Amino acid sequence: MAEQKYYQKEIETMPREEMRALQSEKLVKQVKHVYENVKYYRDLMDAKGVTPDDIKSIDDIHKLPFLTKADLRDAYPYGLLGTDLKNCVRIQSTSGTTGRRVVAFYTQADVDMWEDCCARAITAVGGTNEDVCQVAYGYGLFTGGPGLNGGSHKVGCLTLPMSSGNTERQIQFMRDLHATILCCTPSYAAYIGETLKEMGLTPDDIDLKAGIFGAEPWTEEMRRDIEKSLGIKAYDIYGLTETSGPGVAFECEAQAGMHINEDHFYAEIIDPETGEVLPEGSKGELVFTSLDKEGFPLLRYRTRDICVLSRKECSCGRTLIKMSKPMGRSDDMLIIRGVNVFPSQIETVLIKEGYSPNYLIEVDRVKNNDTLDVYVELAPEQFSDTVKDLAIKEKSLAEAIKTMLGINPKVHLVAPKTITRSEGKAVRVIDKRKLHD
Amino acid sequence: MSVKQISVFIENKKGALASCTRYIADNGINIRALSIADTQDFGILRIICDDPKQTETVLKNGGFISTVTDVLATEIEDKPGSMATILEVLADAHVIVEYTYAFLAPDGHAYMIFRVDDNAIASAALAGAGIKTANQEDLF
Ligand SMILES: [Zn+2]
Repeated sequence: MAEQKYYQKEIETMPREEMRALQSEKLVKQVKHVYENVKYYRDLMDAKGVTPDDIKSIDDIHKLPFLTKADLRDAYPYGLLGTDLKNCVRIQSTSGTTGRRVVAFYTQADVDMWEDCCARAITAVGGTNEDVCQVAYGYGLFTGGPGLNGGSHKVGCLTLPMSSGNTERQIQFMRDLHATILCCTPSYAAYIGETLKEMGLTPDDIDLKAGIFGAEPWTEEMRRDIEKSLGIKAYDIYGLTETSGPGVAFECEAQAGMHINEDHFYAEIIDPETGEVLPEGSKGELVFTSLDKEGFPLLRYRTRDICVLSRKECSCGRTLIKMSKPMGRSDDMLIIRGVNVFPSQIETVLIKEGYSPNYLIEVDRVKNNDTLDVYVELAPEQFSDTVKDLAIKEKSLAEAIKTMLGINPKVHLVAPKTITRSEGKAVRVIDKRKLHD
Repeated sequence: MSVKQISVFIENKKGALASCTRYIADNGINIRALSIADTQDFGILRIICDDPKQTETVLKNGGFISTVTDVLATEIEDKPGSMATILEVLADAHVIVEYTYAFLAPDGHAYMIFRVDDNAIASAALAGAGIKTANQEDLF
């Protein structure tokens, strides 16, 4: 196949006005579909005094009520279902790590749309039918594996449905079958890179050229580390089970923000306190409205991800609006001694100071004072035979974290590989204060 | 002359030291001398054994972090003041002693291990004072 730059060129490079017209047309239909089929949301609209007739174009979207994670919990499992179960062909679900399991339903059209979104992402990193795409996201209820697997099929890549885990076997398949694209969580990509090195191999021993990594927060430093350890270009991908899965937004060759598949998902940024829609370029909470979903259509769903939208022209030629990497998730945000702390900030310091990005944050409350303990893995080359040297290391790392956060942590150096490795999502925070409440 | 000492990072967790020393023993490594330094968070196990290179490989394979350091070993006479004499010689030569520990060699002689900031200056100073430093083979 000749090099193909876009999977669906007409949509991905559509002029702004045409896109708005398309979004308007789809929104009017979607609102009508939801109002007629989803009692839970109809009640919310009625309570707000909004009817489908009030929604004439995308400009009217602000009139619609928000949906939150709490709504999803209340409506579990069928309350937000948009069609008869007999029309649905698939269920996906979140891991429920925060105690709020989300169960989403898909019709065949929903699955096709989702897989198209993933196909756009794979094509954007240079994927064609000549590529071998190794999917090392978990398969099952988690959307990572099935989404990229479907997208890879649509592009025509030879797909390796590895799922996560058994890292040495991953590397063996990667080498023997010449995988060129890797899809998994960034922490697992970093782990594969480490394992490669441990096996005495270098990036020259594998054929990977690109990686699509998402489902958890990661930093630019982590991107550089992964790119170096695997000899690839590393791209971000965004999505959530509530909206479909990975592929809601994806990074292009510019590696500067993710293009949102806005023909399917309309994005707004709101003030998380007031709910007011903020102008382009403002930092706030990302809100998504599905524009053409059947099984699990969500209107104005508050993602709790904090980010910025931008319509600045992109060098890749796509006109799709871009979102920044989420700067934090209000779910992940910890308030320690009154200060807002995102785990990603600590990760940035660790990498800058030459430590492994594998860490664990423990927050507790002792005599009404919040305590912050950071456990960090020591690398072999950082070890010294004197207590003094190690104590100095702990102290200087604590100071660097204090400079970043404004609060004093206690740093603990631990042996390598003692912090549980993630083959799915990483657990980075243990907040013991909840036990006392 | 100096001796190769291996230091191993030990987490301050129940059983961590036991499992490390058991691992070393199970791999047939003969430990001549051993000392432990610990803080609230971690410990450093320091050992002298007959084959430092092999020991390092064994530890690495076991997932332990270790490092090899050249330390000085001096035989110490069983009489009052012999330790003080050595420390005085080192202090006069402006050598900083990071840590020290003692052990018995198979020949029944007592030895002291000194980790200093400059082995060359320290050995020369000790030699000048008629104090001999041992090499790895002397201890086995
Ligand atoms: Zn672009």
